Amino acid sequence: MSAINRVCIITKRELRSYFATPLAYIFLSVFALLSGFLTFELGSFFRREQADLMSFFTFHPWLYLVLMPPLAMRLWAEERQTGTIELLMTLPITTLDAVLGKFLAAWLFSGLALLATIPIWWTVNYLGQPDNGVIVAAYVGSWLMGGSFLALGGFLSALTKNQIIAFVLSLMVSLGFLLLGFAPVASSLQSLLPQALAELLISMSFLTHFQAIARGVLDLRDVGFFVIFIASWLLATVAVVDWKRAE
Amino acid sequence: MITIHQLSKKFGRFTAVDNLSFSINAGEVLGFLGPNGAGKSTTMRMIAGFLRPDAGHVEIFGKDVQREPLAAKRLLGYLPEGAPSYGDMRVQSFLTFVAQARGVKAAQCVSAVANVMERLQLGDVSQRPVATLSKGFQRRVGIAQALLHDPKVLILDEPTDGLDPNQKFEVRQLIRELSSDKIVVISTHILEEVDAVCQRAVVINQGKLVADATPAQLKATSMYYQAVELSVDADDSLRDALLTLPGVAQVKRAPEQRDSWVVMPESGAIILPQVQSLLAELNLNPRSIAVSAGRLDDVFRRVTESAIEEGAR
Repeated sequence: MSAINRVCIITKRELRSYFATPLAYIFLSVFALLSGFLTFELGSFFRREQADLMSFFTFHPWLYLVLMPPLAMRLWAEERQTGTIELLMTLPITTLDAVLGKFLAAWLFSGLALLATIPIWWTVNYLGQPDNGVIVAAYVGSWLMGGSFLALGGFLSALTKNQIIAFVLSLMVSLGFLLLGFAPVASSLQSLLPQALAELLISMSFLTHFQAIARGVLDLRDVGFFVIFIASWLLATVAVVDWKRAE
Repeated sequence: MITIHQLSKKFGRFTAVDNLSFSINAGEVLGFLGPNGAGKSTTMRMIAGFLRPDAGHVEIFGKDVQREPLAAKRLLGYLPEGAPSYGDMRVQSFLTFVAQARGVKAAQCVSAVANVMERLQLGDVSQRPVATLSKGFQRRVGIAQALLHDPKVLILDEPTDGLDPNQKFEVRQLIRELSSDKIVVISTHILEEVDAVCQRAVVINQGKLVADATPAQLKATSMYYQAVELSVDADDSLRDALLTLPGVAQVKRAPEQRDSWVVMPESGAIILPQVQSLLAELNLNPRSIAVSAGRLDDVFRRVTESAIEEGAR
């Protein structure tokens, strides 16, 4: 059986278990409603009188900050809590298969949530002539950013068997990665730290890279950042799952 | 065949498994015994490839569990302690998932799942989420998932824990059926189970091997071996009379059942004829009289306690 096969089997099971309870549907509705509310109320979509989705995408980092940790917290903590990790890791699959499979399931699910917001895209096309290329780029960027939150959250979930602890950890660390690029924090970083270090820290922020993509520029450096970010946390997860198993 | 070679595992300063070596041959049902905390589950986890040993290695039909984990894991079915399973999944889809992950081909998946569900009588609950099932059913789901791919090796950690006597009987029956062409390793602390299904018993204590023999051989080392168990109405004078017989070491009388007696022999002595003739002399008619093959619980206590004393010294 090939590695792709094995990953698919894990992904399918995970996705299935999302929909085994009403939780998946609640999550999807909350995601759609909340992003609608943020766009139209806080984002002043109509008052801006501009045919774009900036007021929609601007809130995505903050939306994900709240909605991705609950998706990621159960990935490993639940397996360790219920003891199913022993079942999973004695199947003829590698740790990498399991890590990838679980991540892909969560990421695909977040993609589904993103698809649930498509009516907002229709709305803007109905009202004006937006640059749909920019919107597609922003959707891609948003999904990549969602994946980064999930890869990070999955790693933190592998550290503990308590889902609540995994949730809080993931919320705090993700907030850190957001705030590094938040203007007030970024400017104080620049004034307090040596130039090179401050630049490095700021360049680690989701905000900086996402905002660049959301403006419609699918720069290789921004896409690359998210891809490398995801890959690094996934590899770290493999290491932690193997290490924790020995205890 | 499974070869376990100088296996050791420590958790911090605690040594769970200490230089354990033995091998298991095809067609053998091995009972793995030991007090709680002796290292049974840890050893089984290392055989199944869940835990990495600190030293030593396990080979399953020549496949090293650490070096060729996928090849080794394909050969075995494993029931972890407590029979964990994905509680929100339905029995059938859970079993289908395990079958797929175990590499059962798509064409055979449906029949493999149907087959084990029939074997473990899970048909009626096939569409129920595992978490809603009783403990006995959950255990059977756990055993079912270990059988799906018809593995050469079955590692079952306490397979009958939480089952009622009928279910225990059925699972033992199943293990006997499976044992003809498989290696089966079961851990248990129910000693009657060892008698019922195992051809070989390995006892470990504090991570070390303290006994490795057939159940009959183990029982032969019991102080009850060749003891005469009587059920007879008599007063305490019988005790004195029995003690005068050659070869009799001790006479025990159960405090709660005044009519049940056990006459213990000196090591190696056969005392049944003497006891029988004494009873005839005294004109006593026992309701039952039997020679004991030895008691496993007694042997178990002896081998595990002496090791504790040695450890303390």
